[in-house]
Amino acid sequence: MEEDFRLIDNYLMIRMPTEIDHHKSVNISTKADRYILSKKVENVVFDFERTTFMDSSGIGIIVGRYKKISCFGGKVYAVHTGSRIRRMLLLAGVENIVEII
Amino acid sequence: MIEVIDKKDYRQITNEIHLEFAAVSDNESFARMAVAAFITPLNPTLEEVSDVKTAISEAVTNAIIHGYENKGHVTDRIYMNCELIKDVLEVEIIDRGVGIQDINRAMEPLFTTRPELERSGMGFAFMEAFMDNLDVQSEPGQGTVVRMCKKIGLGSWIDSEE
Repeated sequence: MEEDFRLIDNYLMIRMPTEIDHHKSVNISTKADRYILSKKVENVVFDFERTTFMDSSGIGIIVGRYKKISCFGGKVYAVHTGSRIRRMLLLAGVENIVEII
Repeated sequence: MIEVIDKKDYRQITNEIHLEFAAVSDNESFARMAVAAFITPLNPTLEEVSDVKTAISEAVTNAIIHGYENKGHVTDRIYMNCELIKDVLEVEIIDRGVGIQDINRAMEPLFTTRPELERSGMGFAFMEAFMDNLDVQSEPGQGTVVRMCKKIGLGSWIDSEE
């Protein structure tokens, strides 16, 4: 399943696809940035509910969006993270910049 | 040139595949699915399958982005050799790309030469974390060989029960 985007107030909700790799990540980042620039997005929420596979490209997407919004005081959240995705986020040491719920 | 194929003891090897595919990003999922299918007879746990898939994905992505500089040329090739030695999976991922200048530096977590592509610098760290063993050989201008192995657990457990 593909990713989808939804705007709720100033939150950009990104439903992540089933598989997140480098091939997919380019598209997700570009689309997310289009929302961030054109709508007044302050915070980004990544929803991993459907995600069954992720590699380090997923970390790149999260850190990349954080860099885009943090200078305006925005926050990045990761929701529905299974144990595996949580472990990857911890291994990459991004738990300080992304709130894992 | 980097020594790719060691002298093998074929009495030990129970299965083997050699794949050659274009260094384009569509093949990242193909490569990890192929290896996941290859280890299926060993009854891997879901965790083991995910570990292997992540590591393969990292290595193949590295070859495409760094080895072949993200050019996406269909004529650039990645070679993937997989072997099963009883319950141990050994994988080699080989590219004939630009190679790595400083392997130790490249293997440091968070180090990346392509921050503009949003590479997190976690590729080798994930390979190390999810596989039992990782060995990287590279020669600038010649290419890179990544060797990884992992014991697939449940199969051996069944053996010992019998």
